Amino acid sequence: MTINTLSQDGVQRQQMPCLTKMERMIISMQDPDMGIKLRNQRLLITVIPHKCSISDEEALHVGQLFVKYGYIYPLKEPRNLILKADDSSYRFQTPYYWMSTRWPASELDYAIYLAKKNIRKQGELIEYEKECYNALHKRINHTWDFVVMQAREQLRASKQRRKGDRIVLECQEQAYWLVNRPPVSPEHYKLTTLTKNTIIEHNRISLARNRVKSSICLESYVKYCEQYQPHDPIMQGCLPSNPWITDDIMFWNMNSETVALPTKLRVERWSFSFMELLNDQMGRKEFLTYLEKEFSAENLCFWQACEDVRHGETAKIPEKVDEVYKQFLAPGASRWVNIDSKTMEKTLEGLKRPHRFVLDDAQMHIYFLMKKDSYPRYLKSELYKNLLARAIVPQETKKSVFPFMRRQRHSSPSPALATQTAEDDGKAKYSNSNSGTASRL
Amino acid sequence: MCDQTFLAITFGPCDNCSQNKPLMNIYLKNEPINYCSLCVELMACQGLAKGETTNTLKAESESLKAKLEEERAKLHDVELHQVAEKIDALGQFVMKTRRTLKGHGNKVLCMDWCRDKRRIVSSSQDGKVIVWDAYTTNKEHAVTMPCTWVMACAYAPSGCAVACGGLDNKCSVYPLSLDKNENLAAKKKSVAMHTNYLSSCSFTNSDMQILTSSGDGTCALWDVESGQLLQSFHGHSADVLSLDLAPSETGNTFVSGGCDKKANVWDMRSGQNVQSFETHESDINNVKYYPSGDAFATGSDDATCRLYDLRADREVAIYSKDSIIFGASSVDFSLSGRLLFAGYNDYTINVWDVLKGTRVAILFGHENRVSTVRVSPDGTAFCSGSWDNTLRVSAYLRSSGESELRNILYNTV
Repeated sequence: MTINTLSQDGVQRQQMPCLTKMERMIISMQDPDMGIKLRNQRLLITVIPHKCSISDEEALHVGQLFVKYGYIYPLKEPRNLILKADDSSYRFQTPYYWMSTRWPASELDYAIYLAKKNIRKQGELIEYEKECYNALHKRINHTWDFVVMQAREQLRASKQRRKGDRIVLECQEQAYWLVNRPPVSPEHYKLTTLTKNTIIEHNRISLARNRVKSSICLESYVKYCEQYQPHDPIMQGCLPSNPWITDDIMFWNMNSETVALPTKLRVERWSFSFMELLNDQMGRKEFLTYLEKEFSAENLCFWQACEDVRHGETAKIPEKVDEVYKQFLAPGASRWVNIDSKTMEKTLEGLKRPHRFVLDDAQMHIYFLMKKDSYPRYLKSELYKNLLARAIVPQETKKSVFPFMRRQRHSSPSPALATQTAEDDGKAKYSNSNSGTASRL
Repeated sequence: MCDQTFLAITFGPCDNCSQNKPLMNIYLKNEPINYCSLCVELMACQGLAKGETTNTLKAESESLKAKLEEERAKLHDVELHQVAEKIDALGQFVMKTRRTLKGHGNKVLCMDWCRDKRRIVSSSQDGKVIVWDAYTTNKEHAVTMPCTWVMACAYAPSGCAVACGGLDNKCSVYPLSLDKNENLAAKKKSVAMHTNYLSSCSFTNSDMQILTSSGDGTCALWDVESGQLLQSFHGHSADVLSLDLAPSETGNTFVSGGCDKKANVWDMRSGQNVQSFETHESDINNVKYYPSGDAFATGSDDATCRLYDLRADREVAIYSKDSIIFGASSVDFSLSGRLLFAGYNDYTINVWDVLKGTRVAILFGHENRVSTVRVSPDGTAFCSGSWDNTLRVSAYLRSSGESELRNILYNTV
């Protein structure tokens, strides 16, 4: 469900009841005896009938809605669809153009209207109208002859009317289109309609895609669920206990990033996939220690530096990329990474114009290198096996002896505090004073 | 009276197809005729390129679609529940509400967990965004947005900021300051600008980039520091209601679902729509990736949740029941992906067995429709926000005996 009542192509979703109410009000407003006073307006040589002005303040809000939905339109500033509580003139819109007639207000109609305007004003359309005109010309090109023909015919037919009527008609039509095609940025306008051609293109590409058999995909879910079931607190509970149930935060303390000895489940999880190892800060540190023993630590550092470029601030990208180049990619660099020549060439080429993804290929190469080579060896290494053997299996919390005692729920330091203290430390260093304690909670 | 100096028939039998429809004033050779819009379009297309009419374009599009369905069906050799037959069925799940967070003055529309597993941010219709320590139920920060209907909120990965937005068409990032005297709104950073309401937002792997989806039919990737638009994603033909980032190794894709009943998978680098799924019968309210990143689930107004596989490129499961009539507003997986929690507009939360396709639990408790359901980052609990102004954090209670149950009863909030 969306909060929009108008869908993108202007079709009403649920508005008919409020429209009929509005129309009833409009009609009663125009009752010659009980309605609003109407005045004739002299305009140079023609007399334009039936204009009125609204001054009642309470009705202002309702009036605003009338203008917004196109039942009344302003004469002085037609593009400004608001109601002003002064003497400015408005006119009632003809029922032909009321919203309840539920015209599709299609692109064809709009194109005819714009073409008419174009011919009349000899090519002087407003900016957004010009862009819409061009966009329509491209999109419904196959009907363009008809559009131009219709525009000419309609202009000719209108010339046969009295000047007063003609001006009124033009005002009405303009008001109608201002309501139904409000001036939004043309990009938004393009976005809201997908041509059939793009859909066809998309379907063609989809047909060519490689698909995997359902049985293989579904089996993988079963395997995944089985593998992770012991780690899912909702499926199998967690040791020592679920903090939300027993009000005991031991579980979180034992699995924090800075704990001395990790739990067995946590270490086991690192063997599920390379991503699991890297996602856990402790796992990453352990892996780095292992790589240092193997003299290939620069791979992980390079990967981390690339991640930083990818997800960091846009403004710092050029300097970060430069740093990476100096440290890892330049010939004779202190921590040179071993990338194949093709990727290296491509990357160096891209470095001339650094952007967020310029290091992606190199990063991918190193990632898969670690995944295929270093990671499996790490899992077989003494370092990992040792840690696994030493890892804790927490005892399940014994049930509380005194059921009436409610555990104290302690608050924990907010993650936002971490950066604040870092900032304050920095400040203290600069100011050389001992004001450190004031900001700590 | 109104400007009716000429007669115009607005509704009636079309001169061409004689059906009763709204009519257009068309002139042919100076004669006014009354055609319905369909006949007008057909007539207008008489000047098309050889062999090409809107009808043929439509036909080509339809035939391609049919071929696509055929290709997808070729590799579909087994159903999910058949594969799942060999797995044990799940027992009874007793979920207990362990915390009720009261403090919002109006409907809770969205919430997100912090990576520290206990803090949450929630936003509501009255424009308030509150950061809670859900474990202690303390409110830590509160921000009043300048608009109502704050439909999207997200916690930054570092835990130092929150992003939120809604009817103001913007996504703003508020750095969380611990100084009680500091007005959080003062440091607000306006990041995203859309032309319609913001329906959903999410930080990517860092605090520096935000992905947003909007009622204007687009999704967009923004740089937080500069507010610059990094990439925009066009392809939905109606409001986009939800998005989710893929937990994959390359971290480059995300899925979005919208009111055009489509769920689209996008490549963040190129902005291309990589895959598209259209089997729902109504608006897709929420999309969520399966923990492995190979599939995603959707919750929709047609009262079903569906699972789509990315490698098989098709829908692989439907989670529905005849007794469930109201739409699903929000879905999330448990840590292992075995359970799917779905919040519905009939005030309940249904828990589905993802593999077997059956429902394992219904959770009552909310007094109005459930607008958002999220499982905590370590999977220990899940939080549900509702239009009854509250948020509830619930966890699975292993009923291993009456004594434990008694224990818990005396410890309830």
